[in-house]
Amino acid sequence: MYKVLEKEYLNPTVARMVVSAPLVARKAEPGQFIILRAGENSERLPLTIADFDRERGSVTIVYQILGAGTMELDKLKKGDSIQDFVGPLGTPSHTEGLHKVCVVGGGVGCAIAYPVAKKLHENGCIVHCVAGFRNKDLVIFEDEFRSISDELRLMTDDGSYGQKGLVTDALESLIQAGNQYDQVIAIGPLIMMKFVCKVTQKYGIKTVVSMNPIMVDGTGMCGGCRLTVGGETKFACVDGPEFDGHQVDFDEALARGSFYKECETRAREEACNLFNYVQ
Amino acid sequence: MPQRNMNSRRTEMPAQEPTVRNRNFNEVALGYTTEMAMEEAARCLQCKHKPCVPSCPVAIDIPGFIARVAEGDMEGAYEILSASTALPAVCGRVCPQENQCEGTCVRGLKGESVGIGRLERFVADYHREHSKKAPAASFVPNGHKMAVIGAGPSGLTCAGELAKMGYQVTVFEALHMAGGVLVYGIPEFRLPKSVVQSEIDGLKAMGVEIVTNAVIGKSITVDELFDMGYEAIFIGSGAGLPNFMKIPGESLKGVYSANEYLTRVNLMKAYKPDSTTPIQKSRRVAVVGGGNVAMDAARCALRLWADSVYIVYRRGMEELPARHEEVEHAQEEGIVFKTLSNPVEVLGDEQGWVKGLRCVEMTLGEPDASGRRRPVVKEGSEFTLDVDTVIIAIGTSPNPLLRHTTPGLEVDRHGCLVTYGEGGRTSREGVFAGGDAVTGAATVILAMGAGKSAAAAMDKYIREKNKEQDL
Repeated sequence: MYKVLEKEYLNPTVARMVVSAPLVARKAEPGQFIILRAGENSERLPLTIADFDRERGSVTIVYQILGAGTMELDKLKKGDSIQDFVGPLGTPSHTEGLHKVCVVGGGVGCAIAYPVAKKLHENGCIVHCVAGFRNKDLVIFEDEFRSISDELRLMTDDGSYGQKGLVTDALESLIQAGNQYDQVIAIGPLIMMKFVCKVTQKYGIKTVVSMNPIMVDGTGMCGGCRLTVGGETKFACVDGPEFDGHQVDFDEALARGSFYKECETRAREEACNLFNYVQ
Repeated sequence: MPQRNMNSRRTEMPAQEPTVRNRNFNEVALGYTTEMAMEEAARCLQCKHKPCVPSCPVAIDIPGFIARVAEGDMEGAYEILSASTALPAVCGRVCPQENQCEGTCVRGLKGESVGIGRLERFVADYHREHSKKAPAASFVPNGHKMAVIGAGPSGLTCAGELAKMGYQVTVFEALHMAGGVLVYGIPEFRLPKSVVQSEIDGLKAMGVEIVTNAVIGKSITVDELFDMGYEAIFIGSGAGLPNFMKIPGESLKGVYSANEYLTRVNLMKAYKPDSTTPIQKSRRVAVVGGGNVAMDAARCALRLWADSVYIVYRRGMEELPARHEEVEHAQEEGIVFKTLSNPVEVLGDEQGWVKGLRCVEMTLGEPDASGRRRPVVKEGSEFTLDVDTVIIAIGTSPNPLLRHTTPGLEVDRHGCLVTYGEGGRTSREGVFAGGDAVTGAATVILAMGAGKSAAAAMDKYIREKNKEQDL
């Protein structure tokens, strides 16, 4: 069992948990993920590692309450225990040898873009960050990004905070302002990563994206996380989760991502109905 | 010796009715009663040359245990079984006996062979239900630590054998539950998970420690295991990545690998209302492949209320690699066999869901390198199966996690671990391997056999390394 050491809500639907998992913390690197099961009958839920503390033996995860798995996880409070917590899985981000990088995060994806940006910053790389959210209430990790960015562009769709616009607008203006990036790293919703790649393709800038597809075991066994990269079938769990964004077939990934949407919606509705009933 | 039973047919084993069982996950075959077992055991001729024994991968003294059953000494029979196998309740249920012990049985020459698998299962179940005796913990600890990677059939067997010799054994398992393919792959109706659990509990009672949620190669590397004081390591990490057909449409929603489908159903219990793991509610399902895994997936789909389930296999009924009993059970339950058929494309609708499987008919030509007749496409024979789900069960490729993180571990061109000699010695000193990680996808019993011989080799290795110090 893996004890929840800390828990806080970053916005109404996103929470951050620090979990005691020494075996994972010992080896964790930015870009890798864990799989957890909240309780005995819960699904296996893959989550990218948001931070880790080797001395404390803890791993930080950030999740958005979306389906049955995250709803069960969210029932746990500080001091409770998570049934299963395994990792680190997947390959770490390649952060070596980069001099100037733009990290683009979207929504809850900012939580996992942050450790990559932090590592780059620690390596002495110039780090520009673009963080995008739907509105002011959903902004997370602002202070963290500020502390490690040489330049930060905070964007909201409705302009309620930072600049109004999409992350792609900010990225394109940074590029047009003459910034020469070795690489762009985009982590967020599939649709955001797809359009970031469209922008960077235009300027010929290598772009790495972090894929978070449906998976069960996370060790290469189920093949549920397969995606097409450069015309080849790849498994996000062992070959990724980071891939060359210009090679990823995003439309296919978007279609596959909605496989269990009905189940997710149903789980949410059932929870809501239950809630209404209790009220 | 009780009177010999010269009936040419074996004693029937009771089973759930096909039309009942194809809608539930309870075990299909119900097992012998004591009377049935004794009746069947009396069919064994106790012949002198015992052809059954060498055809058993773990060399069980088959006539020996059957003689005990015939006498009604079930615990005596169990002792004989457990001298050779760590998982008799499992083997009795899932071994391909017709190609092994039963295939060489003298009674099979004129009639049906002795139901060795059914008797093995009976004895193990009898012991589990009747014995109060805790498993023997009489062996003396020798103070040496051994690590086993993977809690599947090969790893558990290896661990059990090593524990019996007095080693302190830790088994590292990547998933949240021990058992490997016995829990994620083989369905409840063929191998109840309580049976697997009780065999694992037996190992734990012998002092074997099982650490779940530990991915060797990720959480801990092989080299770190040595640093932690383990003196020899057995790799039984299993088969790994599912193969796909490389035909258009395999990424559509509704296409599963058998591994994914079976894991969702068996390990994650997606069929139970209190499980939060989702699975598609399929109406019409095509399972591609002809092995045990394909049969398991097809029969699971039926139990998840599919209206029709097809097995699509490119060779004929005769060539199906699955156990006879599984094919028979599948047919009885209503699975439709589209043999001599090969998929060429998965068809999808605008939303990306599967809406059909386009296939071609095949004929069998000349034998190929494997000795089986090569399937050849019949011109102009295209047809489409109207299905909403396609499950691909055409085998697996080795998992890259260990070979990528263990320097000096030799693999062949397919990525399978290379071993030398019978004991599963690898290119790394002190590292042994067996099961699907070495052979590619094979059977539970072959993996167990490999785990058993590796344990003997590991013991020998430790003894030699310690220059015959007192062990």
